[in-house]
Amino acid sequence: MKVAGGTLLGGIVSLWLALAAGPGLAFTPDEPLADAALEARARALHAELRCMVCQGQSIADSNAPLAQDMRAIVREHIAAGASDDAVRGFLTDRYGDYVLLDPPVKPETYALWFGPAAVFVAGAAIAFALVRRARAGARDAGAAPLSAEERRRLDALLDDDA
Amino acid sequence: MAEKGTDAPAEEAPARAPVSAARRLRYLVPMFLFVALAAALGVQLLTGDPGKVPSALIDKPVPDFTLPPVQGFEDAGGFATADLQHGEIALVNIFASWCGPCRVEHPLLMALADAGTIPLYGINYKDTPDDAERWLGRLGNPYTLMGADLDGRTGIDWGVYGIPETFVVDGAGRIRHRHVGVLSQHDLDETILPLIEDLRG
Repeated sequence: MKVAGGTLLGGIVSLWLALAAGPGLAFTPDEPLADAALEARARALHAELRCMVCQGQSIADSNAPLAQDMRAIVREHIAAGASDDAVRGFLTDRYGDYVLLDPPVKPETYALWFGPAAVFVAGAAIAFALVRRARAGARDAGAAPLSAEERRRLDALLDDDA
Repeated sequence: MAEKGTDAPAEEAPARAPVSAARRLRYLVPMFLFVALAAALGVQLLTGDPGKVPSALIDKPVPDFTLPPVQGFEDAGGFATADLQHGEIALVNIFASWCGPCRVEHPLLMALADAGTIPLYGINYKDTPDDAERWLGRLGNPYTLMGADLDGRTGIDWGVYGIPETFVVDGAGRIRHRHVGVLSQHDLDETILPLIEDLRG
């Protein structure tokens, strides 16, 4: 009885798993390359290329038809002996740098790459200068002795408090 | 007290430098920087559609392609790069029967074809031949020349990512403009037709 129950439960679980896995398996219908090293290169490229339809995803993550076509193109070029840069070049020629999830460092993107660091350095310099000036100001103020009149007023105030 | 009160600032004055107008302006610099940055970001945020990517092919020659005719429209022949190098400015529209927005812009393309002011060519992108034939049969065929891009590779060569897309190609066969999405009368009147006028010079 116990055994039969376990089998039934197991059957339900495996049926549920099969149903749940169905759409998941259908997600990647592409044919991988036979050569494991080439396939690894193709997959690395897939992960760094933008799906132009969905835009927030890489073509590795997207099930859009255009992403499937682009995955196939990457595999074809890799299989035909193209370098990674040649494959990137093929796609940037058609879609621009936007197709690369990691924007390349070039004059148009200097602001993007170095802007935050430049703002940080400028902010640190300003903060440093302000602190130094405030310290110097405090020192100067401390150096000036109280005049007789000031001391008399201060004493009067302290007496009031007491 | 009042008498001493008037004396005190005179004593303090040498210690604290008088605040000049230039110095006062300097305090406002961060505010001006902030306003400028907010304006720049605001303009970027509120204008244009960030999903629309500029074409990488602007001012470049149209890609090399040779497409077979669309099923049912074999008489007109296919569509190839050479058809865009006859010295005539043309529109190239990329469409498919499965594309809803293509249906929306279709009447405008029919009107454009009737007007006959500019050649309109079509690339039928990743369509089923039967569907394409039925769609064009029912809605009409606005294209002078038309090719079937069955595997979508020509579309990728054109940098297509969201059809419908419409390209303006100049007489030398260079891409001068790309419009992504439904073409409206407004787009035609405000952008496409003035550009064609310019190119015709």
